[in-house]
This record gives sequence, structure tokens and C-alpha cells, in this order.
Amino acid sequence: MARKEYAFYPGCSSQKGASASNYLVSVESMCKTLDIKMTEIPDWNCCGASVSYAEAGELPRHVMNARNFALAETNLPGQTIVATCAACWLGARESKERLEHNSGLMADTQTALKEAGLQIKVIPEVRHMVEVLIEDLGYDELKKPVKKPLDGMKFAGYVGCQTNRPFGISGESFENPMYLDKLIETVGGEAVKYDQKVTCCGGALAFSEPEKAQGQIKDIIEAAYDGGAEMIVTPCPLCQANVEVYQGQINKRYGTKFDIPVLYYSQLMTLAYGGSAKEAGINGNVVRARKLEEFAAK
Amino acid sequence: MGDMNTQMADRYKNNFLKEIEEQAEMGEWVKMCMQCGLCSGSCPTNFQAGWDHPPQEIFMMIRAGKRDEVLASNSMWMCTSCYNCYVRCPRKVPVTHVMHGIAEYAYRIGRSPKNQPTQHLSKTFWDNCTKYGRVNEVKLTQTLYFKDGIGSGIKKAMEMQSVAMGLVKSGRLNLMEAVGGGHKCKDLKGIHAMLTKAKELEAQRKAAKATPAG
Repeated sequence: MARKEYAFYPGCSSQKGASASNYLVSVESMCKTLDIKMTEIPDWNCCGASVSYAEAGELPRHVMNARNFALAETNLPGQTIVATCAACWLGARESKERLEHNSGLMADTQTALKEAGLQIKVIPEVRHMVEVLIEDLGYDELKKPVKKPLDGMKFAGYVGCQTNRPFGISGESFENPMYLDKLIETVGGEAVKYDQKVTCCGGALAFSEPEKAQGQIKDIIEAAYDGGAEMIVTPCPLCQANVEVYQGQINKRYGTKFDIPVLYYSQLMTLAYGGSAKEAGINGNVVRARKLEEFAAK
Repeated sequence: MGDMNTQMADRYKNNFLKEIEEQAEMGEWVKMCMQCGLCSGSCPTNFQAGWDHPPQEIFMMIRAGKRDEVLASNSMWMCTSCYNCYVRCPRKVPVTHVMHGIAEYAYRIGRSPKNQPTQHLSKTFWDNCTKYGRVNEVKLTQTLYFKDGIGSGIKKAMEMQSVAMGLVKSGRLNLMEAVGGGHKCKDLKGIHAMLTKAKELEAQRKAAKATPAG
């Protein structure tokens, strides 16, 4: 039996061939080393993300998350739901909170769920992967399997919004959360100081209003360089994609020369645990992390 | 559907605050705003001069009964859901949710700005993720590019070509999703039945909340 077991909610972007598929690869490698068993919630569906608010309305949005709660409760009884995506975590937690505090909304949700042959008894706990690492294992346990510390590498820990606000990680401040810096240090890297750690990447507006979002992304990357970072690390799939894939367009628009790799914490951990480039999913980075590729090959 | 906007305006007469409190999700929080402006100073889009009115101004305009200006404002649609305002508000107003709620209401009664790109994205995203239960990223992108017609769609796709190619090369964009190879939930029938029921119940709930006309 594994050390820890959870009901896994990977989310749309983590699926094979999707924009955060390399996040999933690295999470699987990391969990294998840490002896964490993640069982996918059977037939899970999209959380609706933040931007669907206008079309979805209130109840349909919560019902989508409620379906995942019911499926987890039925198929993986007693297990906490763990999401790797910030928006999945936020959406599901928000729905859990609203349903638990509003009996009318809950009753309507049950009526809707019945149409899919489902019902909720008790909504499971909903947590982010990072919470599990920090709270259920702790930094000391995370350090134990480190075989190859990332010595001398400088990272900007980019926490962004939705793993930080409104719920955040217990005991951390909204303005200057330290957990990501601590994770970087746990695997031997150096967490640089810079002033855009919790700035928004533009979120979904990167699609609908690219100029505005790219203005914000530019500020984040610029600050990371100014802080002396060689790479950026994040816990969120949308932060990762937004900060990574538009660098070419930002360079064109602003005349900058950005070329900074953007990684997931799980990629750093996998590499420090002795994993290969493939196991860490760094072959899935658009801005190649050459330093880490060489490090992995050593 | 008739004219939802006129119906609502008649029903609430000159009490726009009451209309927002009863009809917009989290609208009951508007009266808690004490006009300190911390939300506006915390908003990332504030630095881009992109909006008509900052949140606290919207809240005061609601109290002042400026119905048309509020509903047609682009301000709510600038929200990136970063939750800065939400965690900083000294009165604990869930500003992010209130802004979403007002936006949704304006959209529902047909008074929101036309061709607003984030409003379009909201619909596109929800339609996309509920059709198969999971997001199809390729189709989502296609719909967004081609919303203003073929010509502008091709232009946008060309501009984004290097971004897309980077993702394809790194295995993070599966073009097969465009031709039906995307991820799907198994129980689509159940999901669609569940959402139809949810929509029906939501409409009933909103109607029941409204005070009788006259």
C-alpha cells in the first residue's frame, strides 16, 4: 500500500496532447518517488474554469463540480480530491464552499445530479497538489529522496494568483507566500528575490485581450531577469503557458529579448530525485530549459 | 423571450440596487462597499487604462441608480479572476464574484456591451467544455480566432503560428482534436441532462427571488 492515497482530478489541460501534458508527466514521476498513489476520478469533467461565469451562471457551474464530487465519493470513498491545476482546485473548492453554506443551492444541485444518476452525501475535501506535499509530507520528507540537488541554479518562484488567492496555502500570506521558494530550496536551487511573485499573468484574458495580458506577462518576466533568475517556476498550468509561450510575441511587441524557461515545481523535483528529462517532461517545454537538459543527462 | 431588460427595469422601477441585490450573483454585497478604492488600486488591469469605471465606482453607480451605464460598462469584463481585490477588501466584499455576477446579469438580460472579447470567450469556453465534458483546446482556439470572420481568423492564426508550432513540437497541442480526436467524458448524456435541469432550476430560482411587479 502506498504511503498516501488520493482521488486525482488532473483537469483538462493535463490530458495527453493538451497544454499542460508535461505537468502531468512530471507529477506522475514525482508521486512515484514519494510513494503517493493518485487514482483518477473516473469520468471526471471540466470545472468550468473562472472565465465561464457569464455563460454558465451560478447553478450549472456548481453542478459541474458537484458531479466530480459525487463520482469521487462513490468510486473512491474516503479519499481527498487532489487537483494539480490551480483553476480546477479553486473552482472545485469554491463550489464546495457555496454548496455547504447554502442548502437551497445544494438541494437544487442534488436534483440536477439525479438526472445523471448521481448524488452527494458528504463533499470530499478538495486540495491542491502543493498542499499535499507541504502539509501531508513536509519539506523534510520531500528532501529525503533528493539525489541530485540543483546546486547553483537560480529560479524565480512565480506563485501567481489562483494557488495563492482567495484560498491560498495555509499559513502563507497573500502578498508574499514563501512555499514555492522553500520547495526550490528543498531541491537545492536558489530562489531569487523579485517583485512580481504574485502578479497576475492575465489569466484567460491572454486569449481574449492578448495586448493587456502580454503587458502583464512582460512585467513578470522582466522582474525575474532583474532578480537574477535563469528560470521561472510555477504551480499553475495557465501561469506556465502564459508566461512561456508568448515570449516571442512579447519580444516583437516590446523589442525585448526574452528567452527564459518556465517550469513546474514537479519538474524540478523529478530531476532532483534523479529522474530523466523525459520523466520530468522537460521535452515538453516550448522555451527549452537547456541547463536542465544537460543536468538531467549527467 | 420578450425583452428581459424592459421587464426587469419595469419590475424594479427606480431601485437598481435592489435589482442587482436580487438578480446578480453576490449582488447583496454591493451595499457593503465603503468606497476606499483598494480594489481598484489592486486590479492588474487598472494599469492598462482598459476599463470604463473601477469597481468601487461601479458599486456607487449602482446605488445612484445609473442602470444603463453600469449594465453597458466594459469594466466587469476586464476581470482576470486574480482575486487581489477579493483578499484585500477591508469590508470582505468578494469583489471578484460581485463583478462576475454583475457581468453575468448584464449579459443575461441583453444589456452587456456587444462584441466584448472576454464575454465571447466566456460563452465559447462554456459551450466547448460542456459539449464533451472536457475542454477541446484546438477547437476553443479555432472558435476564438474566427469569431470576426474567415479573413481576420486566418490573419490571427498566422500571427499565432509560431506559438502554436512551439506547442505542437513539444507535444502540447494535438491537432487531431480538430477532427474529433479530442478528449471526452463517457456519460455525455448524463452531463447534458444534468445541465439542462440546472439551467431550468436556476431560472426558477432567479424568478422566485424577484419581487412581484407593481
